[in-house]
Amino acid sequence: MADTESGGISRRELLKRAGMASAVAAVPVEMFENVEALGQGVATIKPDALETLTRPESSTLEAIVARIIPSDESGPGAAEARAARYIDRALGGPLASSREAYSSGLAAIDAYARTSKGAAFAQLPAADQDAVLMELDRDIVPGFTLGSAAFFALVRAHTIQGTFCDPAYGGNANFVGWDLIGYPGVRTAVTADQQQTAAVVKPNHRSAYDFDMFKGNGPAGQPQGRQRDR
Amino acid sequence: MTVNLKKTNVVIVGLGAVGGVAALPLARAGLDVIGLEAGDWLRTSHFAPDELQNNFRGWPQSVQKANREIPTHREREGAPYSPRLAIHPMMNAVGGTSLHYWAQSWRLNPWDFKVVSETTRRYGASRIPKGSTVEDWPFGLEELEPYYERVEYEVGVSGQAGNVNGKIDKRGNVFEGSRRREYPMPPLRGTGFTELMANASRTLGWHPFPGPAAINSRTYQNRAACAYHGFCNRGGCHINAKNSTAVSTIPRAQETRRLTVVTRAHVTTIAVDQAGRVSGVEYLKDGETYVQPADVVLLAGYTYENVRMLLLSKSKPFLNGLSNNHGQVGRHYFSHCTGAAVTALFPKNLNNWYGLPAQGTAIDDWADDNFDHSKLDFIGGGNLWIFSERRPIAAAGMSTFDRAPQWGSRWKAFVKENADRWNTSYLQKTTLPYEDNYLDLDPTVKDSLGFPVCRITAGFKDNERKVAAFIQDKMVQWYEAAGAVDTIREPLGTMGPSTHAYGGTRMGDNPDTNVVNRWGFSHEVPNLGILGASVMGTSGAHNPTLTAQALAWRTADHLVANFRTIGNA
Repeated sequence: MADTESGGISRRELLKRAGMASAVAAVPVEMFENVEALGQGVATIKPDALETLTRPESSTLEAIVARIIPSDESGPGAAEARAARYIDRALGGPLASSREAYSSGLAAIDAYARTSKGAAFAQLPAADQDAVLMELDRDIVPGFTLGSAAFFALVRAHTIQGTFCDPAYGGNANFVGWDLIGYPGVRTAVTADQQQTAAVVKPNHRSAYDFDMFKGNGPAGQPQGRQRDR
Repeated sequence: MTVNLKKTNVVIVGLGAVGGVAALPLARAGLDVIGLEAGDWLRTSHFAPDELQNNFRGWPQSVQKANREIPTHREREGAPYSPRLAIHPMMNAVGGTSLHYWAQSWRLNPWDFKVVSETTRRYGASRIPKGSTVEDWPFGLEELEPYYERVEYEVGVSGQAGNVNGKIDKRGNVFEGSRRREYPMPPLRGTGFTELMANASRTLGWHPFPGPAAINSRTYQNRAACAYHGFCNRGGCHINAKNSTAVSTIPRAQETRRLTVVTRAHVTTIAVDQAGRVSGVEYLKDGETYVQPADVVLLAGYTYENVRMLLLSKSKPFLNGLSNNHGQVGRHYFSHCTGAAVTALFPKNLNNWYGLPAQGTAIDDWADDNFDHSKLDFIGGGNLWIFSERRPIAAAGMSTFDRAPQWGSRWKAFVKENADRWNTSYLQKTTLPYEDNYLDLDPTVKDSLGFPVCRITAGFKDNERKVAAFIQDKMVQWYEAAGAVDTIREPLGTMGPSTHAYGGTRMGDNPDTNVVNRWGFSHEVPNLGILGASVMGTSGAHNPTLTAQALAWRTADHLVANFRTIGNA
């Protein structure tokens, strides 16, 4: 894309829109997807091994997501949901265009934690971690070409995705995200009773890809069909 | 190397919502039809209930074409460009966007066809907004009514009629124009929430009704009834209960053996002979170039692609693009004003986790000219629509209504309590064409083949802003009547790439202001027909697809009746 004429599109603007989801039909989309990667199958998952991030990057990210959606008296949070694992995997695929932002952003957060609080971000007590994140959110942490608030908004959006997505993507482990908000789970059929206001539908704890008809299609599976072409 | 193919009667460029409909009457009439589709077939197993895939990753596309030609947008000439979308809202597959749309299948109301004459008659000509190029349609609703009915029955639309042969039925839309027949299927069922909202609207003296949808409420044409599991929003149907053309009209047209579907066919040019008639199309498929001659070409892409294809198809008789010697291609463009929603917070759980965008309650009391505008400073109005549907990432991404921070324990506690207590309305409003809103080719941004993408120059004007504010007031009133404790008025948004894009090849009798005639054929090129909302000159307050499909059927019918003349055969 020739950025000169379409000009005003700064990456910062794109980042600011990161969290925008919309209920309307007209358009808004996740702005960071690598279109070339759309529709490509997700590679076989090696459990627990990092796929994209380095170990230090991963420990900083783990600490950040655990403060964005903390484990507390209201239940498990992003750490238990393994939102960082979701992000790590997605950065090697559909979110690849954000890989560089994560490298520099996580390094900048760590550097700021060391200078302002005296230790790596992951080693800080929760209160100090929150203080650093608040400063990020206020856009006052140095070392971000696009501003610290934009990076924070990006990580927040991805943390929500990783906590509440289908578990097939590596996040929402053990359905802790869906249980947190009371989502009873994906189904392939829903009765009239289950749509009544007073109904309480029991969580079924199934991934879309646990249903026979979607098995093997994988998340974002590459369509294979060429039926009836004549 | 170029492959020259055998001449056919009709080539349809794009087998989506409209091309897929037009193919059926043509094939049934015995014409040989070749349907060129850039995408491929998709199957039910591709349509997993997966929010990340549908709503964040651009849904399963069979071919990445649209995503490489996303239109650019600026508010007006000289304004900076808006951030370019990462994903085009349209689908490349057989059936096109009728696979993953919401499937709301509305007829327009009578006023929508006569905005100029009716406004003038009731309020005076001065009430037509300044700068608007709006015209009456070349015909009224009664002309299109038989085609609406035809498509409702052939594609399959569920709904509750409100006016059958002039007899008003309060279970349906009492403001709709007269129809000759009921819908072929009863409406989709209500939910606890849609009933709650319907009852609240009755306390206001309004007239709630279930909206029409191209979704089976019972078994229809051997396809299943809706399972109400959700994921219709940017997702195809896993049981073919959504009546995309891929499962309704296209297979039936194929059964006649007159329709040949060619998938992965990326049309690059509409060819013209020396007499200024179209001679066929050129397309790329799997790295090969093909020339497909035809007696008649029906251009059936989405609005942006129809306009772009014409502007890219330059020839000696049409130096400024095909059918553009009057400079009207790209003019009278507008995208439906559907921003400025209202979001509400309720004091208890709504159990809205399941359901689909087409399963809702509608209010038309404030649409079109269904209310007196004498003391108002705008024309038109909006349809209020609420529905049952909630997906987990969107639920957690809810507004905190300024009652909690955006992250951390307090955010988490707020979302835990309120994830199932909010609702966002869908408000479609009258949008008009204006002299300075238009489509053309972007001077620098190209698609992956090196062709310029479509450029949108368009912004909402005063009339749209006033309608939006008025309709938001009504929606707030409705939510409050239903017990909402807080409401947010969402921003209007821009006129960037939209799923409801109109105009650019407008239909009308006057060739100086319209690209196609009342039958959908080019004023300048007699054997070129254009299908889609690009021919529509007004939006009304309802989704465009059924109207575009009814027009497509009508254009195809006209071609069948006049093939010797139009095809010069």
